[in-house]
Amino acid sequence: MSAYDVMPDIELYQPATVEDATELAARLKGKAWLLAGGQDTYGWLKDRAKTTEAMIDLKGIDALKGIREIPGGVEIGALTTLTEITRHPLIGERYSLLREAAAVVASPQIRNMGTLGGNLCQDTRCWYYRRGLSCYRAGGNICYADSPAGMNREHALFGASRCVAVSPSDTATALSALEATMIVTSRRGSREVPVDDFFVGPDVDIVNMTALADDEVLASVRLPDHWANADFHFEKVADRNVWDFALVSIAAALRMRDGRIESARFVCGGVACVPYRLPAVEQAVVGKPRSESTGEQAARLASRGAEPLNHNQFKAPLMENLVRRALRGKA
Amino acid sequence: MNVKLNRRRFIKGVIASGIAAGTIGHGNAAAGGARPAEAVDRLLSLNINGRTRRVDVLPQETLAHTLRYKLGLTGTKLGCNRGECGACTVLIDDVPHYACSMLTHNARGKTVLTVEGLQQADGTLHPVQQAFVDELAPQCGFCTPGQIMATVGLLRVNPKPTREQARHSLSGNLCRCGAYDHYLNAVMRASGQAT
Repeated sequence: MSAYDVMPDIELYQPATVEDATELAARLKGKAWLLAGGQDTYGWLKDRAKTTEAMIDLKGIDALKGIREIPGGVEIGALTTLTEITRHPLIGERYSLLREAAAVVASPQIRNMGTLGGNLCQDTRCWYYRRGLSCYRAGGNICYADSPAGMNREHALFGASRCVAVSPSDTATALSALEATMIVTSRRGSREVPVDDFFVGPDVDIVNMTALADDEVLASVRLPDHWANADFHFEKVADRNVWDFALVSIAAALRMRDGRIESARFVCGGVACVPYRLPAVEQAVVGKPRSESTGEQAARLASRGAEPLNHNQFKAPLMENLVRRALRGKA
Repeated sequence: MNVKLNRRRFIKGVIASGIAAGTIGHGNAAAGGARPAEAVDRLLSLNINGRTRRVDVLPQETLAHTLRYKLGLTGTKLGCNRGECGACTVLIDDVPHYACSMLTHNARGKTVLTVEGLQQADGTLHPVQQAFVDELAPQCGFCTPGQIMATVGLLRVNPKPTREQARHSLSGNLCRCGAYDHYLNAVMRASGQAT
């Protein structure tokens, strides 16, 4: 891979309104790269692993920023920085799960620049793909990671379909547990996409990790009241504390009543191309107290159906242990 | 050194003539009207270290590139150029950012502070710089401007950080020599908490 100091010639648009942005996205469909914080973008372009004719920089659009209360929950503009999310009282008080996830993304400087929308829409970290090799995800007809000599310690346990890359986003895992709704906008209008449909696996679309069409912009994310102030657990296991992506992460939201779990959402990051729900665990814990023994029983269900590759078997017991820890509760 | 024409002056002269040429081209583009759907203008006015600097900037140019190669502010170092080391840390509106991982066009209308902007006009070092010297914090020194800017950014929002908070705030700056504890000593000294 050639590494360059500079990006190639790319046109830059800096719209100030959502209308101008969607207009540009429609006009330059397929030729433009939507730019939020740019923390995933610039590496692709500097490395010449991907290229684009134009960038549409959304950072100047104030309407896409900020955190506000809306009927039925809280809305976060997609261009809100991760730092702002970690500091905002509405998030800290009601949805601390998201605060904890945003606080462990990358490094402080990247969180100052990086946005929620960018973190959700970033591309996978599979290094064969990042190197610019012509793999399935890049339009080719081979997966280098899932080959006899492939280095796949970081790759998927579930849902692989030709491509075995995993979702890199910490906030996606948290938003999946919080049952968020994505507001997607384009010149054709706005639509609401439930978080479980927003992220797509390679069986649905092997070149895109989200349901966003070429001309669509992720405008905001809505968090429902239903999960406000629930009991939460977020944990990210990675090789390094800073910069690194999750080997496995877990986000759990537990709604308690009379000391027992009334409903729950358990989601793992880093084990599939999408934030991976654990429905068997969610069902098994209903009606039980949040305890060590509940954890013991549920943990065994966590990795059921896993299809490990050569080097990532460790992720299965790691998932189980994270479920156990999520149910153990705060010491 | 030849004062009349050393390398730096020569480069600055070339840069200045480039701006003049850019201005002429810009006049024609502006005549077409400044609709929001137009691509960005190349000529920018940037507020850098308290001064307004006019500079001709490519659309895809990073701030680190502009600072180092167009404005001669080489105190901002390029280590990895991928947002993975922190050597290029500068303050944008008092908040630490990687200059290698933001477009110069994103700095428009904001204040940029680099390590060159810290010392006073008479050459007196900024308290953070002085503390880094007093604690012999740097080893090779390449990551030091970034460490200093991250520290200045931290002390602006938290003038008396604990060591743990400082460790967290400087966690986006790698030091290849491993002088992390020395840097933390310097942060504690700069915040008046010398041990």
